[in-house]
Amino acid sequence: MRIMPTYFEKKQLVTPGELLAEGDYLAGENTYLEDKKIYAARIGLADVDNKKVNVVALRAFYVPKMGDIVIGTITEVGFNGWSVDIKSPYTALLRASDVLSRPFKPQNDELSQVLNAGDLIVAKIASYDRAHDPQLTVGEPGLGKITRGQIMRVTPTKIPRVIGRKGSMISTIKQETSCQIILGLNGVILVTGKTPEDEELAMMAIRKIEEESHTSGLTDRIAQLLKEEKGKREENKIE
Amino acid sequence: MNEKPEKLIDKKGFRLDGRKADELRPVKLEVGVLPNADGSAYIEHGKNKILAGVFGPKEMHPKHLSLPDRMVIRCRYHMAPFSVQERKSPAPSRREVELSKVIRESLEPSVFLELYPRTGIDVFIEVLQADGGTRCASITAASLAIADAGIPMRDLVVACAAGKVDDTVVLDLYDAEDKLGAADVPVAIMPNLNAVTLLQMDGILAPEEFENAVNMAIEGCKKIYALQKEALKNKYTITKEEAEEE
Amino acid sequence: MSSLVTRVRLKQIEQMIEKGKRLDGRGLNDYREIKVEQGLIERAEGSARVLLGKTDVLVGIKVETGTPFPDTPNEGVQTVNAELVPLASPSFEPGPPDENSIELARIVDRGIRESKAIDTGKLCIEPGKKVFVVFVDVYVLNHDGNLIDASAIAAVSALMNTKMPNYEIENGELKIKTGYTSLPMKSHPVTVTVGKIGSNLIVDPWLEEEQVMDARMSMAINDDGNICAIQKGGSGYFTPQQVIEISKLVQEKAAAIRKKLGW
Repeated sequence: MRIMPTYFEKKQLVTPGELLAEGDYLAGENTYLEDKKIYAARIGLADVDNKKVNVVALRAFYVPKMGDIVIGTITEVGFNGWSVDIKSPYTALLRASDVLSRPFKPQNDELSQVLNAGDLIVAKIASYDRAHDPQLTVGEPGLGKITRGQIMRVTPTKIPRVIGRKGSMISTIKQETSCQIILGLNGVILVTGKTPEDEELAMMAIRKIEEESHTSGLTDRIAQLLKEEKGKREENKIE
Repeated sequence: MNEKPEKLIDKKGFRLDGRKADELRPVKLEVGVLPNADGSAYIEHGKNKILAGVFGPKEMHPKHLSLPDRMVIRCRYHMAPFSVQERKSPAPSRREVELSKVIRESLEPSVFLELYPRTGIDVFIEVLQADGGTRCASITAASLAIADAGIPMRDLVVACAAGKVDDTVVLDLYDAEDKLGAADVPVAIMPNLNAVTLLQMDGILAPEEFENAVNMAIEGCKKIYALQKEALKNKYTITKEEAEEE
Repeated sequence: MSSLVTRVRLKQIEQMIEKGKRLDGRGLNDYREIKVEQGLIERAEGSARVLLGKTDVLVGIKVETGTPFPDTPNEGVQTVNAELVPLASPSFEPGPPDENSIELARIVDRGIRESKAIDTGKLCIEPGKKVFVVFVDVYVLNHDGNLIDASAIAAVSALMNTKMPNYEIENGELKIKTGYTSLPMKSHPVTVTVGKIGSNLIVDPWLEEEQVMDARMSMAINDDGNICAIQKGGSGYFTPQQVIEISKLVQEKAAAIRKKLGW
């Protein structure tokens, strides 16, 4: 059986509509199959894994998935819950019954006292399907209202790179900056440090990862960069 | 003020702006120019200067504007008052309303609408300076803006017009040729899928002339498509090179 | 919805301002970087684009002929329009001008009109019958705060870039001759906007700051250092002392901008 070649080099930058492969291949992420041909659907880096052609998108928005940890902003206080902006095409909903530890009584409970428009929360996607908006839950440890720290956004497809292999990248950043970092799979990241300078350092490292995500040796470069920046700060303090 | 020239093409085959019959005006494209839009692009096509911005996908308000099984596209083609010779009122004209519709319909086949039901995307096109062929340049820019927003697409959409001036079929008419020529045929295609998504005609053409014009326009589209791809890739290649320099 | 600033962020902005600094590193009285480009729309009689930080405003000038107003038969006509086009911000909806775009247009108009930036007395073609009409169209391309100052500076830059065709009257008819003349101008007003957050005053509010601030004050200063237009906006208030303080601060900032732009 003759396997036809793919029409791209490994990690080549491709644009929507570019023909990637023909014949005995499978359409993976951000690609589609038409007439036995596989085309790119988004701008990104093309790769083939076994027989699956994938494009790692350089630009994409977040589509909710059950179980994902996300960070969102309360936009509206409703009758029995809150609307939450999770930087997705769909507005998420957080039910009052999920937040209050006792049965919800609309006449007695003032929801805006618990969470108000403009509040930030870390939550989990409890359910989502094509016909309904995603439902959130904060009923687990580590979830709930955010009161401190700085928020930054990266393209959601870059989050795995920020985590690194077996968490190596994110551990390095946390260690070097002494910051707590929560990575929302929707591309929203919360950085909480002892000082704003520590937070800025961590955010700078993450921004660099986003820009250079498709290069190699990144983990070492980031560790190096953080050590250098910290060294500079120590010098400035002594002066 | 402007006297009608006797001939739009001279004996040597040069048009009033110095081009030959099958020559395209210079095209410049830039992606990701508007910080507040989810996706954006800027095009200079001849003297046309057009900005395209895309917002979404997002839920539509009011809800009845959305569809239960697919995404909708809302498109607004709008010309700045100073974009044309005689100042134009900022209120939408009937022409702008029609163009908004045909541009939307030229882009719809390229987007995977079924993937995101109950949502919509807004495509805003602002013509800052016009010189003939604005709907084609708008489509070329809008399609890039949609790709820049990370919305999955079957293909980019690229557009170019051809027509007839004096007795010659020519490519890419500019404003004077559009006003004084015999016909103008704007065409938009999805270049990899060989699909025509916009086709209009103003004027009168014999069947062979029409076939000639459509083929010429499609050739023009393909040339512009190469620039579209380059513009999109340029936005991301720079960072890769910078990184490798370190 | 996407332009909603979170509570945590608002608190950070307020806290930093109490310490005399802003989130982008500026001092309370500092402007963002101003960049001006003229003549980019060749079709228009004049044009200019201003980048104030990331706020991006394009102004196009069209000069046409028309009838003068009955009470000023020997003067040209000036009219200012502003469009907050939807691609400039997720909070701008397509549609007819709303109160924000109309207020913006009228503030820019007053600054130019009261300072006599355009020498309308020199725009008369036939007294009582025909004059030049100068259309100033403000086009906001990106909103990142302080549209007023960016629009006002762009409008004056565009006017300075404006060339009108030469003409002569032949048998009572307007005939266009070759060549162009610069638009006659008498002044180059600079507008400075100051916002109030808590009890602190900040110059050149940026988008997120505008969501925290409770009021703003804009003043236009002409070449002689006189105030030629004022607008207070927002639902908060200023104390009389703050108003005087602002009028002095604005003088200083306007002079600095004037020097930087070479006006």
